[in-house]
Amino acid sequence: MTNLSTTYLGLNLKNPLVASASPLSKKVEHAKQLEEAGISAIVMYSLFEEQIIHESLELDHYLTRGSNANAESLSYFPESETYSLGPDKYLDQVTALKKNLSIPVIGSLNGVSSGGWTRYARLIQDAGADALELNLYYVTTDPSLTSQDLETAQVELVAEVSSAIKIPLAVKLSPYITCLPNFAHRIVKAGAKGLVLFNRFYQPDFDVDELEIVHSLDLSTSAELRLPLRWVSILHGKLQADLAITSGVHTATDVVKSMMSGARVAMLASALLQNGSQMVPGLLGDVQEWMKAHDYESIQQMQGSMSQQSVAEPAAFERANYMKVLGSYRNLP
Amino acid sequence: MKSPVITIDGNEATASVAHRLSEVIAIYPITPSSAMGEFSDEWSAKGRKNLWGTVPAVIEMQSEGGAAGAVHGALQTGALTTTFTASQGLLLMIPNMYKIAGELTSTVFHVAARAIAAHALSIYGDHQDVMACRQTGWALFSSGSVQEAHDFAAIAQMATLKSRVPFLHFFDGFRTSHEVTKIVQLTDDDLRALIDEDLIRAHRARALSPEHPVLRGTAQNPDVYFQMRETVNPFYEVTPAITQEAMDKFAQVTGRHYNLFDYFGHPEAERVVVIMGSGGETAEETVMHLAAKGEKVGAVRVRLYRPFPGDYFLKALPKSVKSIAVLDRTKEPGASGEPLYLDVVNALVEGHRPNVKVIGGRYGLSSKEFTPAMVKAALDELSKPEPKTHFTVGIVDDVSHTSLDVDASFSIEHEETVRCVFFGLGSDGTVGANKNSIKIIGEETENYAQGYFYYDSKKSGTVTMSHLRFGPKSIRAPYLIEANQASFVACHQFNFLERVNMLKYAKTGGTFLLNSMFGPEEIWENLPVEVQRDIIEKKLKFFVINGYEVAEKTGMGGRMNTIMQTAFFAISGVLPREQAIAEIKHAIEKTYGKRGEAVVKMNFDAVDATVENLHEVKVPAAVTATVTRRPPVPAEAPEFVREVLGQIIDADGDNIPVSAFPVDGTFPTGTTQWEKRNLALDIPVWEADLCIQCGKCVMVCPHAVIRHKVYDKALLANKPATFKAMDSKFKEFPGMAYTVQVAPEDCTGCTLCVEVCPAKDKTQAGRKALNMVPQPALRESEAKNWDFFMEIPDLDRKLINPSTIKNSQLLRPLFEFSGACAGCGETPYVKLVSQLFGDRAIVANATGCSSIYGGNLPTTPWAVDAKGRGPAWSNSLFEDNAEFGLGMRLTVDKQSEYAHELVAGFEKELGADLVKAILGADQSNEAGIEAQRERVEAIKAKLAKSSDSRAKDLLSLADNLVKKSVWIIGGDGWAYDIGYGGLDHVLASGRNINILVLDTEVYSNTGGQASKSTPRAAVAKFAMGGKGLPKKDLGLIAMSYGYVYVARVAMGANDQQTLRAFLEAEAYDGPSLIIAYSHCIAHGYDMAHGLEQQKLAVQSGHWPMYRYDPRLAEKGQNPLLIESKEPTIPVSQYAYNETRYKMLTQIDEARAEQLMKEAQHDATSRWTLYQQMAAMHYENGSEKKEN
Repeated sequence: MTNLSTTYLGLNLKNPLVASASPLSKKVEHAKQLEEAGISAIVMYSLFEEQIIHESLELDHYLTRGSNANAESLSYFPESETYSLGPDKYLDQVTALKKNLSIPVIGSLNGVSSGGWTRYARLIQDAGADALELNLYYVTTDPSLTSQDLETAQVELVAEVSSAIKIPLAVKLSPYITCLPNFAHRIVKAGAKGLVLFNRFYQPDFDVDELEIVHSLDLSTSAELRLPLRWVSILHGKLQADLAITSGVHTATDVVKSMMSGARVAMLASALLQNGSQMVPGLLGDVQEWMKAHDYESIQQMQGSMSQQSVAEPAAFERANYMKVLGSYRNLP
Repeated sequence: MKSPVITIDGNEATASVAHRLSEVIAIYPITPSSAMGEFSDEWSAKGRKNLWGTVPAVIEMQSEGGAAGAVHGALQTGALTTTFTASQGLLLMIPNMYKIAGELTSTVFHVAARAIAAHALSIYGDHQDVMACRQTGWALFSSGSVQEAHDFAAIAQMATLKSRVPFLHFFDGFRTSHEVTKIVQLTDDDLRALIDEDLIRAHRARALSPEHPVLRGTAQNPDVYFQMRETVNPFYEVTPAITQEAMDKFAQVTGRHYNLFDYFGHPEAERVVVIMGSGGETAEETVMHLAAKGEKVGAVRVRLYRPFPGDYFLKALPKSVKSIAVLDRTKEPGASGEPLYLDVVNALVEGHRPNVKVIGGRYGLSSKEFTPAMVKAALDELSKPEPKTHFTVGIVDDVSHTSLDVDASFSIEHEETVRCVFFGLGSDGTVGANKNSIKIIGEETENYAQGYFYYDSKKSGTVTMSHLRFGPKSIRAPYLIEANQASFVACHQFNFLERVNMLKYAKTGGTFLLNSMFGPEEIWENLPVEVQRDIIEKKLKFFVINGYEVAEKTGMGGRMNTIMQTAFFAISGVLPREQAIAEIKHAIEKTYGKRGEAVVKMNFDAVDATVENLHEVKVPAAVTATVTRRPPVPAEAPEFVREVLGQIIDADGDNIPVSAFPVDGTFPTGTTQWEKRNLALDIPVWEADLCIQCGKCVMVCPHAVIRHKVYDKALLANKPATFKAMDSKFKEFPGMAYTVQVAPEDCTGCTLCVEVCPAKDKTQAGRKALNMVPQPALRESEAKNWDFFMEIPDLDRKLINPSTIKNSQLLRPLFEFSGACAGCGETPYVKLVSQLFGDRAIVANATGCSSIYGGNLPTTPWAVDAKGRGPAWSNSLFEDNAEFGLGMRLTVDKQSEYAHELVAGFEKELGADLVKAILGADQSNEAGIEAQRERVEAIKAKLAKSSDSRAKDLLSLADNLVKKSVWIIGGDGWAYDIGYGGLDHVLASGRNINILVLDTEVYSNTGGQASKSTPRAAVAKFAMGGKGLPKKDLGLIAMSYGYVYVARVAMGANDQQTLRAFLEAEAYDGPSLIIAYSHCIAHGYDMAHGLEQQKLAVQSGHWPMYRYDPRLAEKGQNPLLIESKEPTIPVSQYAYNETRYKMLTQIDEARAEQLMKEAQHDATSRWTLYQQMAAMHYENGSEKKEN
């Protein structure tokens, strides 16, 4: 019998398949289906810094706008005693998921600046989350902002959040970091117990007829696994933190590769959105099949087996890898 | 235990008692009483219970008539029932009021008394409405202050239960209903001690029940009706005593003692005024002031006006009284005196006091100010040997010479009372902040406090005035702070300085706080002459704060509320600064806390940033400015505009004499062009190199401030330097010039034109043919360009085929520069009517937003073309607009028919050809109409000198030979609810009328109450938990007649379909109904995206667009053409962009989810139904279902 269990952020998981942050955690019923299908932990959808601040400001703006400006219409909306804004709903959902699931629930915060909103880290903890994932999402557009300044700000944010909570903190990283190992090191030093590679940015598209920017959601494919695979392989063994791969995990092979690179867990979002929770038993079965066929006894056995430290040719993960790819291209008939 | 003290307004004070003493409440919104219904609905929705522990049932009805009917039914079946209303609403209740009184039914109606629409509508307060009910058999019970409104609501209930006579409890609309002041609250225990529960059970025992059936409401004949009408007399005889008894009991419980008539003043008064309502407060204070100085004067305040207990009145009146001035806040044209006057005269006659001289006067109509000086003027009049027996006070009547001279310098304001006047912009939160300040002062200090707020009638760029009084003495001053009386004047918007004379309110040595982008060093040089002069002459302490910068930095945007409030407390010293800041923050938490901590933080930041930005200005010794305040209207405006409307714009309408006004409410049109409000911070600037001349910007502009013209290039010879032009791209008008021009001082900066502009720069996609640019630097040059543009002649209408957007928009808008909200979704449709048909249109406009922005003084937007033709407009009522418009059609048809008959008889004089041409004229297009106009001129010329009476008749009617277009315009509150019965009948009449429903899906004008048009899942007042039932399908109902042209349009989704619908509707020789999606401020999103949101409404299936043309059925075709595609997005994707839907997810997510599911089902099933209808096979004009 193959042993699929793993640990992540100090949590004992029955297998390495974790549901990544996605709308699937917005409903208890969907989350339950994931659990029943075999998912070992759930990272909740993200509570955004903007959501915490702007939802409140927006509600205020539109309830207030036009009020006390005309003798006949001193307001345009009835005033409720209370409003359950995004953050409140989020905390309620943490509680509801914890109440209804036996697998770990990992909260998710998404933001970039230090400030009052980070107290939601503690509130998510208090609502029952087993761990917290902090998503550092920032697109730089200001030429005067240096990478040094940005990274320092993000490290400070991690420190601020980690000091506010007792549950373990994982940090979800952007792939666009010049010196990822150094940055990862600073993040871990600031208190992160885990690193999640990588955040997928939803890239805007152009409508060339209307000359407008359009936004649409494209799900990942297995091809996207390469990037986190490489970096987890590089980071494995160099940090006192658990690594997780997200982006491009769709098949059993993807899961196996993730484990071999050194990840403790492989996170799925696009695959689940595409195929539903019913794909999980098959995926787990395929992983077991593969392990059986290749005589692996446990997941832990393979974790990190193909990391940079473990492979025969560590340079394969560095620039030489690039040369080799080009070379292999040239050699094609 | 000490009773709690609260700071609230009269509406809330009244509703808080009424709600606790009722089981059923039937409501309908009408200003200024709407808030009582809103409070009741909100409280019940939140589960607040009445005195007996059950939540009152609150229901919104379709009209006040409906509310009265529901109340009548609820009363007949034994519920403790109430309603709230005013003005025309109360008039609609009168038929039921007779019934309720005739059946001796205990109930209280609470009325915020308001003017009646006569020569004009007015939302403001007087007693015309309640006086119209004095014959109904109801007790009329008058409270004069917020405290009294609170107290009398309870006393009225006590008295009606005992007497069985229904009570109409009234107080002055706005003055009392909207005044915020500190009062002692009636607790539940107080109310329990007051209400006799046995009487409630007796009320229930009289109810209809099949367990002990009776029959009520018989029809009677001459033999018995009269006698039975007399059976009730004993009940009326004892009602005054019962009411006094209730007042006495009330005094025992609360310590506040009232009488049916309360006398105040000198115990041996010789001259007395008699008065009721809030004016009684002023009268009481004035006579006490004068009596303290030894003057033998007094005032009788009337509490119970019906039944009028003359004996009680005489008892209250000192024996020493020699003369009485009775003051009525109403007018009864043609009567021998106003009602209270006549009752007093009668009481004196019947009471054998013939030696008392009585005179009667009118005051305070439509909330006209009533001040101590006016009370004194009435008393002074009594001292004259020959006083005016019928007078007016508060106006200058130079026609009938009824008015009394008033000494404006007379004031009785307490020295200790601090008086403050604040000028703000509607959108900057000034009023809200001042309401908070009053609460802080009233509830956190020992001071008494009073706040009253004044708004102009515009819906965009409103100027608000807040009048605050506070001090250690009780404040009983129900009138505005007068000139030279305010110790604190604050101007929250710098640009007001150029148009508002605010420092006239400041008293010598007072303080002036100005929000200014200029600091303490630069400000002086940027003030107009008049402001500098007042600051120096009145020795004002002068403070500036750059609130704009603080707001910008703290994220407050345009809201100055918290900043200016903090500055006020910091300067005024009403509380120690630290405590004041703590209280402001506490109030912020209380007000905004539930909206999330980010809002609280933003406001806290603003408070903290204020004090350090507040500076006292060192005032120079001399006036140095050269710039003066701008005149209210330009010198070239017509005389009436200059002399009358200009004075109203200048906030000095109170001083216009009677003789200046039209006698019948008739005004010239096209006057908004003279009122330059200069609201926009940014205006669109046209880039000719990108423009494709599509005209979409012109079409969507809510205020007709962006226009395009095609014209002779030669006209450019004298163009101003910055005037832009390009070659016309219109294939119909080659070789001509083309310009898009913006009116910089009329634009509101809404950006709809930029949003709709499809022309983008190929090298820089963000640049369009229209881009928003800061206005100040462009103001003067673009104003000149606009004047030049307007002088360019419009193209001859005959040359324009209006069937395309770009061509239709060459037609001059005859609806311009209205006071509608920036980005209004209604006015583009109204403007389109004016462009397409305005020179021959008559408009019947239902009361509502469109009648306010369409017809509220000082200036009105319906305009004329170069030939002086334009829409003739009128507003009748809210409920009767369809019938009103039908009446117009009947006249047009009848007089046209008669004119045709007359023409036929003048063949000899007119010539056979002309007669034939007139009688057979084809007026289906502009050329045909113009040709007919020329023929009419020919008739006039040929018959001008005829002495034949039929010829004179023809001359007076000849204009009716030209086709007229009758438009019936109103909102969904009218069309779906209160006016639906009439609308249905008018549609059924088959007459050639055009009905335009501006569907905002909510009562917009009265502040967002649900109508039957409100869609499922949307939150509105009276539908706090989200409307649980679907929107009524008015179009489907109209289609069921088969002969009504029906179109459902959304300009933002398909402007061409809209244009086609308007043209077809007008061309259809029968009833037409256009239901137009109108985005609205009450939907709760940035109206710059209104057009985009309209698209989403259509794409989601919420708003399917169609035209139903009965003419197609006559041709054997299906008349229904669905013109939107099958829904491509879920309703939620459209809906959740809007606060009205989104807030339900924040209030009750589960319900929101359920209702949205049902709303989706509504859209889907409606789509399916329409598809089926559109697929039906028609043959020979009859429909056959396809198998």
